[in-house]
Amino acid sequence: MIEAPPQGPVKLDGTGGVRVERVSRTFAARTGPVPALAAVSLRAAPGEIVSVVGPSGCGKSTLLELICGLQRPDEGTIDSAPAVLMPQRDLLLPWRSAIDNAALALQARGVRRDEARAAAAPWLERFGLAGFEQTRPAQLSGGMRQRVSFLRSLLAGKPVLALDEPFASLDALTRAEMQGWLAHVLASEPRTVVLVTHDVEEAVVLSDRVVVMSARPGRVVREVEVALARPRRRTDPELVALREQVLEALRVTT
Amino acid sequence: MIPNLRGRSGRIVFSWWRTLLVLAVLLGIWELFVDLGGAAPLILPPPHAVARSLYVNRGLLWSSFLVTAEEIVLGLLVAAVAGLALACVMHFFATLRRAVYPLLVASQTIPIPMLAPVLVLWLGFGILPKLVVVAVVSFFSIVVTTLAGFAAVDPELIKLMRTFDASRRRVFWMVELPSALPNVFTGAKIAVVVAVIGGLFAEQAGASSGLGYLFDQSINQLLTARAYATVVVLSAFAIALFALLTAAERLTVPWAYQPTGDQTG
Repeated sequence: MIEAPPQGPVKLDGTGGVRVERVSRTFAARTGPVPALAAVSLRAAPGEIVSVVGPSGCGKSTLLELICGLQRPDEGTIDSAPAVLMPQRDLLLPWRSAIDNAALALQARGVRRDEARAAAAPWLERFGLAGFEQTRPAQLSGGMRQRVSFLRSLLAGKPVLALDEPFASLDALTRAEMQGWLAHVLASEPRTVVLVTHDVEEAVVLSDRVVVMSARPGRVVREVEVALARPRRRTDPELVALREQVLEALRVTT
Repeated sequence: MIPNLRGRSGRIVFSWWRTLLVLAVLLGIWELFVDLGGAAPLILPPPHAVARSLYVNRGLLWSSFLVTAEEIVLGLLVAAVAGLALACVMHFFATLRRAVYPLLVASQTIPIPMLAPVLVLWLGFGILPKLVVVAVVSFFSIVVTTLAGFAAVDPELIKLMRTFDASRRRVFWMVELPSALPNVFTGAKIAVVVAVIGGLFAEQAGASSGLGYLFDQSINQLLTARAYATVVVLSAFAIALFALLTAAERLTVPWAYQPTGDQTG
Protein backbone atom coordinates (compact mmCIF):
# COMPACT_ATOMS: atom_id res chain seq x y z
CA MET A 1 0.00 0.00 0.00
CA ILE A 2 1.38 3.37 -0.89
CA GLU A 3 1.13 5.85 1.95
CA ALA A 4 0.85 9.57 1.59
CA PRO A 5 3.47 11.81 3.17
CA PRO A 6 2.64 12.79 6.77
CA GLN A 7 1.38 16.27 6.03
CA GLY A 8 -1.32 14.97 3.75
CA PRO A 9 -1.27 14.40 0.00
CA VAL A 10 0.44 17.14 -1.95
CA LYS A 11 -2.23 19.12 -3.68
CA LEU A 12 -1.56 19.18 -7.37
CA ASP A 13 -4.44 21.34 -8.37
CA GLY A 14 -3.83 24.39 -10.53
CA THR A 15 -1.58 25.97 -7.94
CA GLY A 16 1.31 23.49 -7.80
CA GLY A 17 3.15 24.68 -10.90
CA VAL A 18 6.04 26.86 -11.85
CA ARG A 19 5.95 29.86 -14.12
CA VAL A 20 9.11 31.71 -15.00
CA GLU A 21 8.49 34.69 -17.27
CA ARG A 22 11.35 36.41 -19.08
CA VAL A 23 13.66 36.27 -16.12
CA SER A 24 17.10 37.81 -16.21
CA ARG A 25 19.78 37.62 -13.58
CA THR A 26 23.15 39.27 -13.54
CA PHE A 27 25.90 38.81 -10.99
CA ALA A 28 28.41 41.43 -10.00
CA ALA A 29 31.93 40.08 -10.28
CA ARG A 30 35.32 41.73 -9.86
CA THR A 31 35.80 41.90 -13.61
CA GLY A 32 32.38 43.42 -14.20
CA PRO A 33 28.78 42.26 -14.33
CA VAL A 34 28.28 38.64 -15.36
CA PRO A 35 24.94 37.92 -17.01
CA ALA A 36 23.78 34.48 -15.92
CA LEU A 37 20.29 34.37 -17.41
CA ALA A 38 18.79 36.45 -20.19
CA ALA A 39 15.01 36.57 -20.57
CA VAL A 40 14.42 32.93 -19.72
CA SER A 41 10.88 31.66 -19.71
CA LEU A 42 9.88 28.26 -18.45
CA ARG A 43 6.65 26.67 -17.41
CA ALA A 44 5.90 23.50 -15.54
CA ALA A 45 2.31 22.49 -15.06
CA PRO A 46 1.40 20.86 -11.77
CA GLY A 47 2.71 17.30 -11.82
CA GLU A 48 4.84 17.85 -14.89
CA ILE A 49 8.49 16.85 -15.04
CA VAL A 50 10.57 19.37 -16.95
CA SER A 51 14.27 18.89 -17.59
CA VAL A 52 16.71 21.68 -18.27
CA VAL A 53 19.83 20.79 -20.22
CA GLY A 54 22.58 23.10 -21.31
CA PRO A 55 26.33 23.61 -21.35
CA SER A 56 28.19 24.33 -18.12
CA GLY A 57 27.79 27.85 -16.85
CA CYS A 58 24.53 28.51 -18.65
CA GLY A 59 22.81 29.47 -15.43
CA LYS A 60 20.91 26.25 -14.74
CA SER A 61 21.69 26.26 -11.01
CA THR A 62 20.80 29.95 -10.80
CA LEU A 63 17.46 29.15 -12.39
CA LEU A 64 16.76 26.53 -9.74
CA GLU A 65 17.70 28.89 -6.94
CA LEU A 66 15.40 31.52 -8.38
CA ILE A 67 12.56 29.01 -8.46
CA CYS A 68 13.24 28.08 -4.83
CA GLY A 69 13.18 31.68 -3.76
CA LEU A 70 16.85 31.81 -2.75
CA GLN A 71 17.48 34.63 -5.20
CA ARG A 72 15.37 37.33 -6.77
CA PRO A 73 15.40 37.95 -10.52
CA ASP A 74 16.68 41.27 -11.78
CA GLU A 75 14.01 41.33 -14.47
CA GLY A 76 10.93 39.28 -15.15
CA THR A 77 8.69 37.41 -12.77
CA ILE A 78 8.67 34.05 -11.10
CA ASP A 79 5.41 32.59 -9.96
CA SER A 80 6.12 29.30 -8.33
CA ALA A 81 4.52 27.10 -5.74
CA PRO A 82 6.79 26.39 -2.75
CA ALA A 83 9.87 24.59 -3.97
CA VAL A 84 12.54 22.55 -2.26
CA LEU A 85 16.04 22.21 -3.62
CA MET A 86 17.83 18.90 -3.96
CA PRO A 87 21.47 19.92 -4.32
CA GLN A 88 24.07 18.27 -6.49
CA ARG A 89 26.11 17.05 -3.54
CA ASP A 90 23.95 15.21 -1.09
CA LEU A 91 25.01 17.47 1.81
CA LEU A 92 23.98 14.91 4.37
CA LEU A 93 24.99 15.93 7.87
CA PRO A 94 27.77 13.57 8.95
CA TRP A 95 26.76 13.64 12.60
CA ARG A 96 23.23 12.49 11.89
CA SER A 97 22.04 8.98 11.10
CA ALA A 98 20.27 8.22 7.83
CA ILE A 99 16.83 8.53 9.37
CA ASP A 100 17.69 11.80 11.08
CA ASN A 101 19.07 13.16 7.83
CA ALA A 102 15.90 12.17 6.01
CA ALA A 103 13.88 13.92 8.71
CA LEU A 104 16.01 17.08 8.51
CA ALA A 105 13.49 19.11 6.51
CA LEU A 106 10.75 18.25 8.97
CA GLN A 107 12.86 19.15 11.99
CA ALA A 108 14.01 22.33 10.31
CA ARG A 109 10.37 23.34 10.18
CA GLY A 110 9.88 22.60 13.86
CA VAL A 111 8.52 19.08 13.91
CA ARG A 112 9.66 17.25 17.05
CA ARG A 113 12.41 14.70 16.62
CA ASP A 114 10.40 11.54 17.43
CA GLU A 115 7.51 12.64 15.23
CA ALA A 116 9.89 13.43 12.39
CA ARG A 117 11.59 10.05 12.74
CA ALA A 118 8.26 8.25 12.80
CA ALA A 119 7.29 10.04 9.61
CA ALA A 120 10.54 9.15 7.87
CA ALA A 121 10.79 5.51 8.94
CA PRO A 122 8.28 3.89 6.53
CA TRP A 123 9.82 5.85 3.67
CA LEU A 124 13.28 4.50 4.28
CA GLU A 125 11.86 1.05 3.86
CA ARG A 126 10.15 2.00 0.64
CA PHE A 127 13.37 3.42 -0.67
CA GLY A 128 15.25 0.19 -0.04
CA LEU A 129 17.11 1.51 2.98
CA ALA A 130 15.56 -0.75 5.62
CA GLY A 131 18.12 -1.63 8.25
CA PHE A 132 20.21 1.44 7.50
CA GLU A 133 18.21 3.89 9.59
CA GLN A 134 20.95 4.34 12.17
CA THR A 135 23.86 4.30 9.73
CA ARG A 136 25.97 7.41 9.33
CA PRO A 137 26.38 8.90 5.84
CA ALA A 138 30.06 7.97 5.79
CA GLN A 139 29.06 4.31 5.75
CA LEU A 140 26.45 4.64 3.02
CA SER A 141 27.19 4.18 -0.66
CA GLY A 142 26.77 7.08 -3.10
CA GLY A 143 23.48 5.76 -4.40
CA MET A 144 22.10 5.34 -0.91
CA ARG A 145 23.14 8.86 0.06
CA GLN A 146 21.35 10.27 -2.96
CA ARG A 147 18.25 8.33 -1.98
CA VAL A 148 18.36 9.78 1.55
CA SER A 149 18.89 13.22 0.05
CA PHE A 150 15.89 12.74 -2.22
CA LEU A 151 13.77 11.47 0.64
CA ARG A 152 14.73 14.53 2.65
CA SER A 153 13.53 16.72 -0.21
CA LEU A 154 10.29 14.77 -0.54
CA LEU A 155 9.56 14.99 3.15
CA ALA A 156 9.84 18.76 3.00
CA GLY A 157 6.29 18.47 1.72
CA LYS A 158 6.53 21.08 -1.00
CA PRO A 159 4.74 20.63 -4.32
CA VAL A 160 7.77 21.59 -6.44
CA LEU A 161 11.06 19.71 -6.51
CA ALA A 162 14.11 21.45 -7.95
CA LEU A 163 16.72 18.80 -8.66
CA ASP A 164 20.23 20.02 -9.43
CA GLU A 165 22.06 17.28 -11.35
CA PRO A 166 21.10 14.76 -8.68
CA PHE A 167 23.00 11.84 -10.16
CA ALA A 168 26.05 13.58 -11.55
CA SER A 169 28.34 12.32 -8.82
CA LEU A 170 27.44 8.67 -9.32
CA ASP A 171 29.14 6.14 -11.56
CA ALA A 172 27.34 5.22 -14.77
CA LEU A 173 25.82 1.98 -13.52
CA THR A 174 24.45 3.45 -10.33
CA ARG A 175 23.22 6.48 -12.22
CA ALA A 176 21.16 4.35 -14.60
CA GLU A 177 19.73 2.44 -11.67
CA MET A 178 18.86 5.65 -9.81
CA GLN A 179 17.17 7.12 -12.88
CA GLY A 180 14.89 4.10 -13.05
CA TRP A 181 14.27 4.38 -9.35
CA LEU A 182 13.40 8.08 -9.59
CA ALA A 183 10.94 7.46 -12.40
CA HIS A 184 9.29 4.82 -10.25
CA VAL A 185 9.09 7.06 -7.19
CA LEU A 186 7.70 10.02 -9.10
CA ALA A 187 5.04 7.79 -10.58
CA SER A 188 3.66 7.08 -7.12
CA GLU A 189 4.52 10.46 -5.58
CA PRO A 190 3.76 13.00 -8.24
CA ARG A 191 5.35 16.40 -7.84
CA THR A 192 6.11 19.24 -10.15
CA VAL A 193 9.76 18.64 -10.98
CA VAL A 194 12.35 20.90 -12.56
CA LEU A 195 15.37 18.72 -13.20
CA VAL A 196 18.70 20.16 -14.23
CA THR A 197 21.01 17.66 -15.85
CA HIS A 198 23.98 17.23 -18.15
CA ASP A 199 22.80 13.80 -19.18
CA VAL A 200 20.55 14.16 -22.20
CA GLU A 201 19.41 10.57 -22.03
CA GLU A 202 18.42 11.05 -18.41
CA ALA A 203 16.38 14.09 -19.40
CA VAL A 204 14.52 12.26 -22.14
CA VAL A 205 13.92 9.13 -20.05
CA LEU A 206 12.51 10.98 -17.07
CA SER A 207 10.71 14.09 -18.27
CA ASP A 208 7.60 15.29 -20.06
CA ARG A 209 9.47 18.15 -21.64
CA VAL A 210 13.11 19.07 -22.17
CA VAL A 211 14.20 22.69 -22.22
CA VAL A 212 17.50 23.34 -23.97
CA MET A 213 19.49 26.36 -22.85
CA SER A 214 22.32 28.19 -24.53
CA ALA A 215 25.71 29.00 -23.07
CA ARG A 216 26.05 32.08 -20.85
CA PRO A 217 24.02 34.23 -20.77
CA GLY A 218 21.51 31.41 -20.64
CA ARG A 219 18.49 31.63 -22.89
CA VAL A 220 15.97 29.03 -23.88
CA VAL A 221 16.92 27.73 -27.31
CA ARG A 222 14.41 24.97 -27.79
CA GLU A 223 11.75 23.01 -26.00
CA VAL A 224 11.30 19.36 -26.90
CA GLU A 225 8.10 17.59 -25.92
CA VAL A 226 8.57 14.02 -24.77
CA ALA A 227 5.13 12.57 -25.19
CA LEU A 228 6.08 8.93 -24.68
CA ALA A 229 4.27 6.49 -22.47
CA ARG A 230 5.93 5.33 -19.30
CA PRO A 231 7.77 3.16 -18.41
CA ARG A 232 10.31 4.12 -21.05
CA ARG A 233 13.16 2.08 -22.48
CA ARG A 234 16.44 3.68 -23.42
CA THR A 235 16.51 1.61 -26.56
CA ASP A 236 13.07 2.72 -27.80
CA PRO A 237 13.53 4.21 -31.28
CA GLU A 238 11.27 7.15 -30.47
CA LEU A 239 13.25 7.88 -27.36
CA VAL A 240 16.52 7.69 -29.25
CA ALA A 241 15.13 10.04 -31.89
CA LEU A 242 14.10 12.57 -29.27
CA ARG A 243 17.51 12.29 -27.70
CA GLU A 244 19.06 13.13 -31.02
CA GLN A 245 16.79 16.14 -31.34
CA VAL A 246 17.92 17.47 -28.00
CA LEU A 247 21.58 16.82 -28.78
CA GLU A 248 21.14 18.63 -32.07
CA ALA A 249 19.67 21.61 -30.30
CA LEU A 250 22.58 21.56 -27.87
CA ARG A 251 25.14 21.47 -30.64
CA VAL A 252 23.58 24.57 -32.09
CA THR A 253 24.07 26.44 -28.84
CA THR A 254 27.85 25.95 -28.66
CA MET B 1 43.93 4.12 27.94
CA ILE B 2 44.06 4.51 24.22
CA PRO B 3 47.03 2.52 22.99
CA ASN B 4 47.13 3.75 19.43
CA LEU B 5 45.26 6.87 18.40
CA ARG B 6 44.54 6.64 14.72
CA GLY B 7 43.95 9.71 12.63
CA ARG B 8 41.75 10.20 9.60
CA SER B 9 43.92 8.23 7.19
CA GLY B 10 44.48 5.41 9.66
CA ARG B 11 47.99 6.58 10.40
CA ILE B 12 48.95 6.22 14.01
CA VAL B 13 48.89 9.67 15.53
CA PHE B 14 49.91 8.91 19.06
CA SER B 15 51.40 5.66 20.24
CA TRP B 16 52.45 5.06 23.80
CA TRP B 17 55.23 2.54 23.49
CA ARG B 18 57.00 4.24 20.61
CA THR B 19 56.98 7.53 22.50
CA LEU B 20 58.25 5.88 25.66
CA LEU B 21 61.03 4.24 23.69
CA VAL B 22 62.22 7.56 22.30
CA LEU B 23 61.95 9.09 25.75
CA ALA B 24 63.99 6.28 27.26
CA VAL B 25 66.73 6.78 24.69
CA LEU B 26 66.85 10.52 25.37
CA LEU B 27 66.98 9.95 29.11
CA GLY B 28 69.77 7.44 28.59
CA ILE B 29 71.82 9.97 26.64
CA TRP B 30 71.21 12.60 29.32
CA GLU B 31 72.22 10.27 32.11
CA LEU B 32 75.40 9.23 30.36
CA PHE B 33 76.29 12.81 29.58
CA VAL B 34 76.20 13.90 33.22
CA ASP B 35 77.73 10.73 34.61
CA LEU B 36 80.66 11.02 32.23
CA GLY B 37 81.35 14.53 33.49
CA GLY B 38 79.78 16.61 30.76
CA ALA B 39 78.19 18.97 33.31
CA ALA B 40 78.13 19.49 37.04
CA PRO B 41 75.22 17.65 38.69
CA LEU B 42 74.21 20.84 40.43
CA ILE B 43 73.72 22.60 37.11
CA LEU B 44 72.33 19.69 35.10
CA PRO B 45 71.00 17.01 37.43
CA PRO B 46 70.99 13.54 35.90
CA PRO B 47 67.64 11.75 35.42
CA HIS B 48 68.12 9.52 38.42
CA ALA B 49 68.54 12.56 40.67
CA VAL B 50 65.35 14.06 39.29
CA ALA B 51 63.56 10.77 39.84
CA ARG B 52 64.75 10.62 43.41
CA SER B 53 63.67 14.19 44.01
CA LEU B 54 60.24 13.37 42.61
CA TYR B 55 59.93 10.58 45.14
CA VAL B 56 61.42 12.37 48.13
CA ASN B 57 59.36 15.54 47.61
CA ARG B 58 56.17 13.82 46.53
CA GLY B 59 54.06 15.36 49.27
CA LEU B 60 55.21 18.91 48.53
CA LEU B 61 54.95 18.36 44.78
CA TRP B 62 51.42 17.01 45.13
CA SER B 63 50.15 19.91 47.21
CA SER B 64 51.81 22.42 44.88
CA PHE B 65 50.33 20.60 41.91
CA LEU B 66 46.83 20.87 43.35
CA VAL B 67 47.19 24.63 43.72
CA THR B 68 48.45 25.10 40.15
CA ALA B 69 45.97 22.63 38.69
CA GLU B 70 43.09 24.51 40.26
CA GLU B 71 44.22 27.79 38.67
CA ILE B 72 44.70 26.22 35.26
CA VAL B 73 41.51 24.18 35.16
CA LEU B 74 39.31 26.98 36.44
CA GLY B 75 40.98 29.48 34.11
CA LEU B 76 40.42 27.11 31.18
CA LEU B 77 36.76 26.67 32.06
CA VAL B 78 36.24 30.43 32.19
CA ALA B 79 38.11 30.77 28.89
CA ALA B 80 35.99 28.04 27.27
CA VAL B 81 32.66 29.48 28.35
CA ALA B 82 33.58 33.10 27.61
CA GLY B 83 35.36 32.15 24.38
CA LEU B 84 32.44 30.14 23.01
CA ALA B 85 29.94 32.81 23.97
CA LEU B 86 32.03 35.53 22.35
CA ALA B 87 32.52 33.47 19.20
CA CYS B 88 28.76 32.91 18.88
CA VAL B 89 28.00 36.60 19.36
CA MET B 90 30.69 37.62 16.91
CA HIS B 91 29.34 35.10 14.42
CA PHE B 92 25.85 36.57 14.57
CA PHE B 93 26.82 40.23 14.47
CA ALA B 94 29.25 40.95 11.67
CA THR B 95 29.88 44.56 12.66
CA LEU B 96 30.76 43.46 16.18
CA ARG B 97 33.10 40.85 14.77
CA ARG B 98 34.94 43.40 12.65
CA ALA B 99 35.19 45.77 15.60
CA VAL B 100 36.27 43.25 18.21
CA TYR B 101 38.61 41.01 16.24
CA PRO B 102 41.58 43.41 16.17
CA LEU B 103 41.10 44.05 19.88
CA LEU B 104 41.15 40.33 20.43
CA VAL B 105 44.46 40.02 18.65
CA ALA B 106 45.83 43.00 20.55
CA SER B 107 44.94 41.35 23.85
CA GLN B 108 47.39 38.59 23.04
CA THR B 109 50.29 40.91 22.41
CA ILE B 110 50.54 41.93 26.05
CA PRO B 111 53.51 39.88 27.27
CA ILE B 112 52.49 37.59 30.08
CA PRO B 113 55.48 38.54 32.24
CA MET B 114 54.05 42.08 32.15
CA LEU B 115 50.39 41.16 32.43
CA ALA B 116 50.83 38.90 35.43
CA PRO B 117 52.46 41.37 37.86
CA VAL B 118 49.95 44.07 36.89
CA LEU B 119 47.08 41.75 37.69
CA VAL B 120 48.67 40.66 40.96
CA LEU B 121 49.01 44.29 41.94
CA TRP B 122 45.36 44.86 41.16
CA LEU B 123 43.77 41.63 42.33
CA GLY B 124 46.04 40.55 45.12
CA PHE B 125 47.91 37.35 45.86
CA GLY B 126 45.06 34.87 45.77
CA ILE B 127 43.94 32.59 42.99
CA LEU B 128 42.08 35.32 41.10
CA PRO B 129 44.95 37.00 39.18
CA LYS B 130 46.32 33.62 38.13
CA LEU B 131 42.88 32.54 36.95
CA VAL B 132 42.55 35.74 34.94
CA VAL B 133 45.97 35.34 33.32
CA VAL B 134 45.20 31.73 32.36
CA ALA B 135 41.79 32.76 30.99
CA VAL B 136 43.20 35.67 28.99
CA VAL B 137 45.89 33.62 27.27
CA SER B 138 43.69 30.61 26.55
CA PHE B 139 40.46 32.15 25.32
CA PHE B 140 42.01 33.59 22.18
CA SER B 141 42.59 30.28 20.44
CA ILE B 142 39.08 29.11 21.35
CA VAL B 143 37.43 32.20 19.87
CA VAL B 144 39.54 32.17 16.73
CA THR B 145 39.16 28.49 15.91
CA THR B 146 35.44 28.48 16.70
CA LEU B 147 34.84 31.49 14.48
CA ALA B 148 36.83 29.80 11.72
CA GLY B 149 34.65 26.73 12.19
CA PHE B 150 31.49 28.78 11.75
CA ALA B 151 32.89 30.47 8.67
CA ALA B 152 33.79 27.12 7.13
CA VAL B 153 30.25 25.78 7.12
CA ASP B 154 29.30 24.89 3.55
CA PRO B 155 27.18 27.74 2.17
CA GLU B 156 25.27 25.21 0.06
CA LEU B 157 24.13 23.63 3.30
CA ILE B 158 22.82 26.96 4.56
CA LYS B 159 20.96 27.47 1.27
CA LEU B 160 19.45 24.01 1.65
CA MET B 161 18.22 24.79 5.15
CA ARG B 162 16.65 27.97 3.84
CA THR B 163 14.64 26.01 1.31
CA PHE B 164 13.39 23.97 4.26
CA ASP B 165 12.14 27.23 5.80
CA ALA B 166 14.46 26.84 8.79
CA SER B 167 14.72 29.83 11.14
CA ARG B 168 18.11 31.44 11.74
CA ARG B 169 18.23 29.89 15.21
CA ARG B 170 17.52 26.42 13.85
CA VAL B 171 20.20 26.78 11.20
CA PHE B 172 22.63 27.65 13.96
CA TRP B 173 21.75 24.83 16.35
CA MET B 174 21.21 22.12 13.76
CA VAL B 175 23.99 22.88 11.31
CA GLU B 176 26.49 25.56 12.25
CA LEU B 177 27.24 24.57 15.82
CA PRO B 178 27.76 20.82 15.24
CA SER B 179 29.76 21.68 12.14
CA ALA B 180 32.12 23.86 14.14
CA LEU B 181 32.55 21.48 17.08
CA PRO B 182 35.74 19.83 15.77
CA ASN B 183 37.26 23.31 15.50
CA VAL B 184 36.26 24.09 19.08
CA PHE B 185 38.25 21.08 20.22
CA THR B 186 41.25 22.18 18.21
CA GLY B 187 41.10 25.56 19.90
CA ALA B 188 40.74 23.91 23.29
CA LYS B 189 43.80 21.74 22.75
CA ILE B 190 45.90 24.77 21.89
CA ALA B 191 44.42 26.63 24.85
CA VAL B 192 45.42 23.88 27.25
CA VAL B 193 49.07 24.09 26.33
CA VAL B 194 49.11 27.88 26.49
CA ALA B 195 47.21 27.87 29.78
CA VAL B 196 49.91 25.85 31.51
CA ILE B 197 52.56 28.35 30.45
CA GLY B 198 50.34 31.22 31.51
CA GLY B 199 49.71 29.67 34.89
CA LEU B 200 53.40 29.29 35.49
CA PHE B 201 54.15 32.89 34.66
CA ALA B 202 51.28 34.05 36.80
CA GLU B 203 52.66 32.21 39.80
CA GLN B 204 56.11 33.57 39.29
CA ALA B 205 54.67 37.08 39.41
CA GLY B 206 53.32 36.65 42.89
CA ALA B 207 52.43 33.47 44.70
CA SER B 208 53.08 31.65 47.92
CA SER B 209 52.34 28.17 46.66
CA GLY B 210 52.02 26.20 43.47
CA LEU B 211 54.44 24.55 41.06
CA GLY B 212 55.69 27.82 39.56
CA TYR B 213 56.42 29.16 43.00
CA LEU B 214 58.14 25.90 43.94
CA PHE B 215 60.25 26.08 40.80
CA ASP B 216 61.48 29.57 41.68
CA GLN B 217 62.17 28.55 45.26
CA SER B 218 64.09 25.47 44.17
CA ILE B 219 66.31 27.42 41.80
CA ASN B 220 66.98 30.00 44.49
CA GLN B 221 67.94 27.26 46.94
CA LEU B 222 70.09 25.53 44.29
CA LEU B 223 67.88 22.46 44.54
CA THR B 224 68.01 22.04 40.78
CA ALA B 225 66.80 18.44 40.84
CA ARG B 226 63.65 19.55 42.60
CA ALA B 227 63.20 22.36 40.10
CA TYR B 228 63.38 19.79 37.30
CA ALA B 229 60.92 17.65 39.21
CA THR B 230 58.35 20.45 39.20
CA VAL B 231 58.77 20.80 35.44
CA VAL B 232 58.21 17.07 35.04
CA VAL B 233 54.98 17.26 37.03
CA LEU B 234 53.79 20.28 35.06
CA SER B 235 54.53 18.63 31.72
CA ALA B 236 52.79 15.45 32.77
CA PHE B 237 49.76 17.55 33.70
CA ALA B 238 49.72 19.30 30.32
CA ILE B 239 49.97 15.96 28.50
CA ALA B 240 47.19 14.50 30.62
CA LEU B 241 44.88 17.43 29.86
CA PHE B 242 45.67 17.17 26.17
CA ALA B 243 44.99 13.44 26.15
CA LEU B 244 41.73 13.99 28.03
CA LEU B 245 40.61 16.50 25.44
CA THR B 246 41.54 14.17 22.61
CA ALA B 247 39.50 11.39 24.19
CA ALA B 248 36.56 13.77 24.67
CA GLU B 249 36.93 14.82 21.05
CA ARG B 250 36.73 11.25 19.79
CA LEU B 251 33.63 10.67 21.87
CA THR B 252 31.86 13.88 20.97
CA VAL B 253 32.73 14.30 17.30
CA PRO B 254 33.40 10.77 16.03
CA TRP B 255 32.37 11.73 12.51
CA ALA B 256 35.45 13.92 12.13
CA TYR B 257 37.62 10.83 12.41
CA GLN B 258 35.85 8.34 10.25
CA PRO B 259 37.21 7.63 6.81
CA THR B 260 34.64 8.65 4.23
CA GLY B 261 32.81 5.74 2.65
CA ASP B 262 33.31 4.81 -0.97
CA GLN B 263 32.06 7.51 -3.30
CA THR B 264 30.50 5.36 -6.00
CA GLY B 265 27.66 2.85 -6.26
